[in-house]
Amino acid sequence: MSEERRYFRGSGDGKKPRATDPLAKARGEYDLIVIGSGLAGLTAANVLGSLGHKVALLEQHYNFGGMATWFKRRGGHVFDVSLHGFPVGMLKTCRRYWSPEIASRIVQLDGVRFDNPQFQLDTTFTREDFTEKLVTHFGAERATVAAFFDYLRGLNYYDDPRDTVADCFERFFPGRNDIHRLLLEPIAYANGSTLEDPAIAYGIVFSNFMSKGVYTFTGGTDWLVARMKDELRRNGVELFNNVAVERITVEDGRATGVVANGRHLRARAVLSNANVKRTILELVGPEHFDPAFVREVEAIRLNNSSTQVYIGIREGCSVPWITDLLFTSTRERFDSPALCDFHGKSRTFSFYYPKVRPGSERFAIVSSTNANWSDWAKLDEDSYAREKARLIEDTLVQLERYVPQIRAIADHVEAATPRTFEFYTQHLQGASFGTKWEGLRPSMELSSHIDGLYHAGSVGIIMSGWLGAANYGVITANKVDLFLRAAAQAAHAPESR
Amino acid sequence: MTRDEIVLAIKDIIATIAPDEELGGLEMEVRLRDQIELDSMDFLDIVMELRKRYGVQVPEEDYMQLATLKGCVDYLGPKLESKALVLTALKG
Ligand SMILES: Cc1cc2nc3c(=O)[nH]c(=O)nc-3n(C[C@H](O)[C@H](O)[C@H](O)COP(=O)(O)OP(=O)(O)OC[C@H]3O[C@@H](n4cnc5c(N)ncnc54)[C@H](O)[C@@H]3O)c2cc1C
Repeated sequence: MSEERRYFRGSGDGKKPRATDPLAKARGEYDLIVIGSGLAGLTAANVLGSLGHKVALLEQHYNFGGMATWFKRRGGHVFDVSLHGFPVGMLKTCRRYWSPEIASRIVQLDGVRFDNPQFQLDTTFTREDFTEKLVTHFGAERATVAAFFDYLRGLNYYDDPRDTVADCFERFFPGRNDIHRLLLEPIAYANGSTLEDPAIAYGIVFSNFMSKGVYTFTGGTDWLVARMKDELRRNGVELFNNVAVERITVEDGRATGVVANGRHLRARAVLSNANVKRTILELVGPEHFDPAFVREVEAIRLNNSSTQVYIGIREGCSVPWITDLLFTSTRERFDSPALCDFHGKSRTFSFYYPKVRPGSERFAIVSSTNANWSDWAKLDEDSYAREKARLIEDTLVQLERYVPQIRAIADHVEAATPRTFEFYTQHLQGASFGTKWEGLRPSMELSSHIDGLYHAGSVGIIMSGWLGAANYGVITANKVDLFLRAAAQAAHAPESR
Repeated sequence: MTRDEIVLAIKDIIATIAPDEELGGLEMEVRLRDQIELDSMDFLDIVMELRKRYGVQVPEEDYMQLATLKGCVDYLGPKLESKALVLTALKG
């Protein structure tokens, strides 16, 4: 992902202005306009299209999928950006809101491994296996482990969010930094959770994973997004890429459409999949909300960003089986801010064997870390290039412990930073996982401030990740459907007043 | 729809959403989620399906009313009175 090339972003701002108008085929009016094609935007559009609403989906990038994306490089390399693992719930979500064919491609990972100075172990990442490990490997009481799992499973939305992950860990496993690491590190990579976040947010996601382990998608992100586009078209959704929405228009307290590429497209409802803060503070504008709500939105904290290193293996070379997902660290003890350290000591490796794309013989390895926007944002071009090179070098050094021959078989190596993520998704500060807990309420309540305006996308920690985002798309679609039906009914009601 | 038909209507919707569940022995007054595996997304699906099939709106604050089969019948009775039963999963 090289961020110099901006020409994909629509006609106005790129190096290569588009010769054709990406909105040429758009009609003047829709029931719903969806801004952004992340999994939340895509899934909401699909559900609402299938319910018979006239939907247009506008995406600023040329690819659909948002963070659920991939890219190709010379030499036959394909890299998946966020296909590392999701909970089994994705199966049901795909079957119900997409298609049985898409759902049929979901398979369980064969291996998850931890390797750090405190412990080394392989796990299926299920409640059963974690219980065994906690009891036999870490010496925890079986009853305590059961109580811990039950506590997390029983947590609900409306429970007190002041109980933090740290509180909860200390209650069940006091002083056991190693256990805290086992329990939190993977979830921190999955959605930016920290010890300071509400236990409820952690508990929902952790319990989802623990129900049946970690799953992935056979065929790769490219196959998935291609099938999703087919499905959307079948449901009558009109898809437009290379269209960056500049503004959401509001008239008399109602969302009336969007402005993009100098055109006003009208709609009865607008659903934004852009970051919730950006949606409210920039795309709509604070002048349309009451000041207390604006202050609440301004105070929402974003989640961390990420770095990644993509390593393509030369054609004909292979990587022996290690595991699918490797959580590795050379740090003696666990603490959650350190996961975001600039050139920190912890990263996850995702190994992509040919099984990921049946029919292909290729291997790839993607390393990911959590990262802070502030560490990368301020660098000038030279320092930026230098720090990227250092990120790559650190990654290869760590990887050599597992794949000693990596430098000989690596054919393409490239890094992405918070700046890359910001550039490609326009998410503030390159936030990988949306917002902290407090982003949930303003996102859910948006339509009570502006009629016909909705948000779906990574917020509140629990609504992020592939599963969280897709399901949030459905939750919001349900509200939009109610709204559109009521609006249609009102329009057709006889003038009896 | 009669009360019995409403029970059938609900069971048919559940059968579409959770095809692997055995619905024959469902108790009327025990919470549905204590008898079969239903999560909050499943409940949302029930609500969307009621709207799609029968045009019935269930606002969020009323979701609690649908916790048991008896609750469903009591709450949906007046709304479904004049509607005809639609069966998809339990047909034949
Ligand atoms: C490095 C990394 C690894 C990850 N790994 C995993 C994983 O293994 N498993 C997992 O479940 N999750 C993972 N995630 C998280 C997951 O990818 C995201 O939570 C999820 O894809 C987010 O979906 P979303 O709908 O919230 O929006 P996004 O995917 O963020 O999409 C938003 C879309 O809106 C578009 N947009 C924004 N503004 C505008 C505008 N003004 N006009 C038009 N379009 C606009 C953007 O271009 C983008 O396409 C990972 C994320 C990252 C960054």
